[in-house]
Amino acid sequence: MASIMFYLLSLILLTATLLCIFQRNPVHAVLYLVLGFFSLAIMFYLLGAPLVAAWEVIVYAGAIMVLFLFIIMMLGLAPQDRPEGPGWQRWLPFVILMAAVLACTLVIIALDPAATAQGEPYSLGPQDFGEALFGKYALAVQVVSFQLLFAAVGAYNLGRIQRGKGKP
Amino acid sequence: MTPEMLSLSNSPGLFVGLMLLKLIVVFSVVMLMVAYATWCERKIIGHMQTRLGPMRTGWHGLLQPIADGIKLFFKEDIIPSQASVVPFLLAPMMILVPAIITVAVIPFGPDVTVSGLIVPLQITDLNVGVLYILAFAGLGVYGIVLAGWSSNSKYSLLGGVRASAQMISYELAAGLTIVSVFMLSETLSLREIVALQSEPLWGTFSFLPNWYVFTQPLAFFLFVITGLAEINRTPFDMPEAESELVSGFCTEYSSMKYALFFLAEYANMIVVSAIAATLFLGGWYGPLPSSLGVINLLGKIVAFMFFFIWLRATLPRVRYDQLMRMGWKVLLPLALANVVVTGFVVVLLQ
Repeated sequence: MASIMFYLLSLILLTATLLCIFQRNPVHAVLYLVLGFFSLAIMFYLLGAPLVAAWEVIVYAGAIMVLFLFIIMMLGLAPQDRPEGPGWQRWLPFVILMAAVLACTLVIIALDPAATAQGEPYSLGPQDFGEALFGKYALAVQVVSFQLLFAAVGAYNLGRIQRGKGKP
Repeated sequence: MTPEMLSLSNSPGLFVGLMLLKLIVVFSVVMLMVAYATWCERKIIGHMQTRLGPMRTGWHGLLQPIADGIKLFFKEDIIPSQASVVPFLLAPMMILVPAIITVAVIPFGPDVTVSGLIVPLQITDLNVGVLYILAFAGLGVYGIVLAGWSSNSKYSLLGGVRASAQMISYELAAGLTIVSVFMLSETLSLREIVALQSEPLWGTFSFLPNWYVFTQPLAFFLFVITGLAEINRTPFDMPEAESELVSGFCTEYSSMKYALFFLAEYANMIVVSAIAATLFLGGWYGPLPSSLGVINLLGKIVAFMFFFIWLRATLPRVRYDQLMRMGWKVLLPLALANVVVTGFVVVLLQ
């Protein structure tokens, strides 16, 4: 059962990301990407990592994609002319995919594969996750966080130069 | 023999029945509170401004929420011709649903025993409970942003842009204040967090409960402020600032779709009050005895709601740049410093 759900969710994920690439309107693209992140989060839950699933929704769907939407709306990147054809036709794939994701979520919650798994339950708690992250993979986490810091400093520097007298 | 926890495997019929009962009761209580929160808000603000508030429908206007509901139901439902229809229809639902399903992880009383099996008074106890709340609080933004974008009106769009920037800024600080509670509780499950708060304060003072508001006063203070900003209440109601943006993201909405935004706003108030009560004020534990746990929790929620309404009657709306400056330059550093200090203290006390 779990593997059927896994492949179904992967199919939804791939379709949503492909549709995201082929959208002309950036707002529609963002919505498809959010749908993709949501199905990815459910896949993480299915694989026994509820914490990673929660972070996926909080960080990617809840914060980064909202930031994308903010930028798109602020810069007015959405095309002004309305495309041809009735609205429901353009939105049909989105509605179908969303319904599929919700149905999968419902099935997974009702069956709870983590609880009915054979042998050891494979759900990874917050504590195990933290121990792995800051024990076994501590060096990798440090390196990545330093890279993020460099990126933040670089972005700040670029912004500061452009805001000055126009020339670096 | 110690009684077992009721689950789907040991008594499926009872489990499903009780689960449905809990769902229906919690949902109806939240909806009833939402309806009467509007009445309370109008009455309280009225009296604070030496007016009477609604008086005509029923005794002291008690039937006003029902009259409002019927009125909104029979209003014409307008969809702007240039609107993007599907997101326009989805947006009110996308803001109401996350607000209501967050209530699922709030424990509202001590465990009860039904035919020899323990039943927790909570819809579900997730081991990542608080992260679940944060996740759905983050998804609630999409409702506002999509409402603003799909209406195809400049006021709505400005409201949506403001909402997205405000939510991202304040979510960080809100998340960090909750982190400092986790560092003390060492669990993410709300049921266990409440259980930990029912012990005596710091394990020594038996006359006070171990509520995290005593250990983390700064985090509590920051959480209430960021919570207000997250749910767009005055003084942070920039996305729907009436005096400049007409009604912000819900300008183009009418009839029941407008009512859904209204419901969502009050449902969000209830949820933030319930989370603050559970994380910092002991949830259903104290001051009344634990058998009255539900009344304890409801009392704390009502107290928070009164505080939010009081703020609306008292404070003017902040300017947008003040809002952003406060979020990034005051609340975020304070929350970070609180996390660092808590970390040091936790390590030193071990």
